[in-house]
Amino acid sequence: MSQLTESAVRDLLRIVIVGHVDHGKSTLVGRLLHDTNSLPAGKVEEIRAMSERRGMPFEYAFLMDALQAERDQGITIDTSQIWFNSSKRNYVIIDAPGHKEFLKNMITGAAQSDAALLIIDAVEGVREQSRRHGYLLHLLGIRQVAVAINKMDLVDYSEARFQEISHEYRAYLTELGVTPTFILPVSAREGENIVTRSGRMSWYDGPSIVGALDCFVSEPLSSNLPLRLPVQDVYKFDERRIIAGRIESGRISVGDEILFSPSNKTAKVKSIEAWPSSQPVRTQAAAGYSVGITLDEQIFAERGDTISHVINAPIETDVFRARLFWLGHEPMTLGKMYKLKLNTTEAQVQLQKIEAVIDTGDLSSAAATRVERNQVAEVVLRARRMLALDAFNDKPATGRFVLVDEYDIAGGGIISMDGYADQRQLITKRSTNIVQVDQGVSDDERARMNGHRGGVIWFTGLSGAGKSTLSMELERRLFEKGYSVYVLDGDNIRFGLNANLGFSPEDRSENIRRVGEVAALFARAGMIALTAFISPYRSDRDRARAAMPERFHEVYVKADVQTCETRDPKGLYQKARRGEIKEFTGVSAPYEEPEAAELVIDTAAHSIEECMAQLIAYIEANFSLRAADRKPG
Amino acid sequence: MNHLDQLENKSVYILREAFNRLDKIGMLWSLGKDSNVMIWLAKKAFLGHVPFPVIHVDTGKKFKEMYEFRDRYVKEWNLTLIRETCPPIEEMDQSLPAAARSAARKTAGLKKVLDKEKFNGLIAGIRRDEQATRAKERVFSPRGLEGQWDFRDQPPEFWDQYKTDYPPGTHLRIHPLLHWTELDIWQYSQRENIPIIPLYLSKGGKRYRSLGDEDITSPVASNAGTIEEIIEELKTTNISERSGRAMDHEAEDAFERLRADGYL
Repeated sequence: MSQLTESAVRDLLRIVIVGHVDHGKSTLVGRLLHDTNSLPAGKVEEIRAMSERRGMPFEYAFLMDALQAERDQGITIDTSQIWFNSSKRNYVIIDAPGHKEFLKNMITGAAQSDAALLIIDAVEGVREQSRRHGYLLHLLGIRQVAVAINKMDLVDYSEARFQEISHEYRAYLTELGVTPTFILPVSAREGENIVTRSGRMSWYDGPSIVGALDCFVSEPLSSNLPLRLPVQDVYKFDERRIIAGRIESGRISVGDEILFSPSNKTAKVKSIEAWPSSQPVRTQAAAGYSVGITLDEQIFAERGDTISHVINAPIETDVFRARLFWLGHEPMTLGKMYKLKLNTTEAQVQLQKIEAVIDTGDLSSAAATRVERNQVAEVVLRARRMLALDAFNDKPATGRFVLVDEYDIAGGGIISMDGYADQRQLITKRSTNIVQVDQGVSDDERARMNGHRGGVIWFTGLSGAGKSTLSMELERRLFEKGYSVYVLDGDNIRFGLNANLGFSPEDRSENIRRVGEVAALFARAGMIALTAFISPYRSDRDRARAAMPERFHEVYVKADVQTCETRDPKGLYQKARRGEIKEFTGVSAPYEEPEAAELVIDTAAHSIEECMAQLIAYIEANFSLRAADRKPG
Repeated sequence: MNHLDQLENKSVYILREAFNRLDKIGMLWSLGKDSNVMIWLAKKAFLGHVPFPVIHVDTGKKFKEMYEFRDRYVKEWNLTLIRETCPPIEEMDQSLPAAARSAARKTAGLKKVLDKEKFNGLIAGIRRDEQATRAKERVFSPRGLEGQWDFRDQPPEFWDQYKTDYPPGTHLRIHPLLHWTELDIWQYSQRENIPIIPLYLSKGGKRYRSLGDEDITSPVASNAGTIEEIIEELKTTNISERSGRAMDHEAEDAFERLRADGYL
């Protein structure tokens, strides 16, 4: 069987384009495709001919607006997708309609994306849908947002106008608790600042659209979160009884003891099944994989159960708070029953309370007895039975739901448990030796105080690869952005905590083990701990990960030995080559490259500035608190 | 998890969702590269089984190689096959252009299957990158009483929650390959060693990129004689995949009209 190399299959990033109607979303997409040579042969001619038939000027928008009604009315009705490539990776562009009437189609498009490009017309400025879309992006959990101020050609590429709009929109986003990753001036029609930097706006020194997109990262890995595997179905096609489902977060291994919620039965994983059976036997699977498992005993399990490990189980409750958007033709009304769909669970829920309807224009809240189509609201929902769920801010994939009214999906929401208790302890008998000691202050409270979650950023790489340089610079930048952050570096640890350790392999492992534990304590205290150690052995790094499994991010600072040796900031390579240092990593001792680092920073290929942009984007995406964390004003 | 793993696992999720949520489903098997990948994914989803019938809506005008492929793999893959013959072209809407009229026979054949078998879900292997109206599709796409597609008011679809509630008499089309591209299909076929019809490979400087009825499908110029070469070709070409399918090109809205009426 022929094998594809990993590099032959390129990464794909999904980008949604949103913004107010007529601000030029489809035109921008057309221009992106055209300028990156991604259009099929003859497509432009075909559209030119079609525009002439209609007596309309040529519009790139017609590439995406495929429906007759869209072309006749010159508006986008439904979301569409189209592919293009940059030199870095492949992209799917999701074009979402800007017209208020088609909000459900905008949400359909936006919810599938990793990042968003929000377009604002330089002439018209910030409008109703500019704000609403910005709000919804954050409600949907999309944290990477670039704002493009378009039609700069119509305002003579004026810096003042650009600053005026970006100031206004940034103020709106700041109120939501959001920092846009980029705000950039463009002219889609004229192709300015799309693929390459614009010559007409020398006052602007940021990236082009494509440059900005290339800085975004693929969706944050959820395999470090606790295990959640909602049961999708149970198959009995042959002698095997297979429990099927997709891992929404965490990892599952053969031999694991697993808990089914809310039924609260336990069993052990006997096998992870696969077809064709000639493939190597799987013993572990992580988030994103659709698996089929068998158990060591035949307990009753059914669709809607959530599999977790015994510790870090989901919340059990029959009441929860939600922030939701309503898309139904009929308004959502107090006291009415709806069908809730949360992963594979279905349950009847009642709208118990509408705490506020939020005006996405000025973010004010008002009391109401119903939620109209296209409105956003804070509500309390009550189910007829116990549900297993999570708070969206902790575990996005199992903390969101849709509501069905009659036959139609009529709304979607994200769960918050603020003020409501996890009822698991009340209904479950638990073995006492697995209950963790609770801190007086919760992770959530710390995160709210800091504006971000705590975690460990574990830099690993050769001596001279740039770990210290990057971590020190990153600490400075994050600190200036208001983060609670601290670098654990070889020297500051070895002078104190680890003063009794030498450089034998045993002592080096112990050094890393202690650093791992200390970093985890920093992280649990709510800070971002940056560690800069060569940490050449995989098993040491895995042990460090085990101290903080849910928010440990391994960053491989990559540079080959030759490059590092050329830099040799401390003269160590020279000494090692002369034999003055024994067992020097990369020269006379091994460096085990990470197999699955969360992030790879190639310092041989990129400038420090580029590496910083990548790191900061990554940290913001993974640690910064979303708008949804804030309680309604 | 690489890109192909992501595609595969999402499709498996969709197939399992369709199998669980709908009472009676069938999978359309056009014998082309996409529907073969789809059957392969079903075997992955259901761990070696395909627990629903596959449907070949037969225009009687397919290539000989396609019929040979069907007869071989229906056995090898242990499939339950439903074969439905399409009504003659004289019964089609005469206002449609010639090739579109020919394609409309397939829609009519499909309606016959639905009437006979009372399916409430049909799994079809369309992809967003094939054609602009398909790019607007949903994964679970409702069809009216007459099988028609209401593209003006499609249901919202997000967070992998699909429309699985529908009034009696209507049905859903399920599109597990919607998020795949032509290149993905070939890279995956190569990785998984999925059998293909040899017409896709170049013979005498020509090959088929998309297979339909013999009389309205034409080959494209190509020297790609292996899947590896097809993959290389696709990375650089800017000729559209369906350029050899006549019914797409007769009138600006020919394909939209076909699809609104229930064509795939």
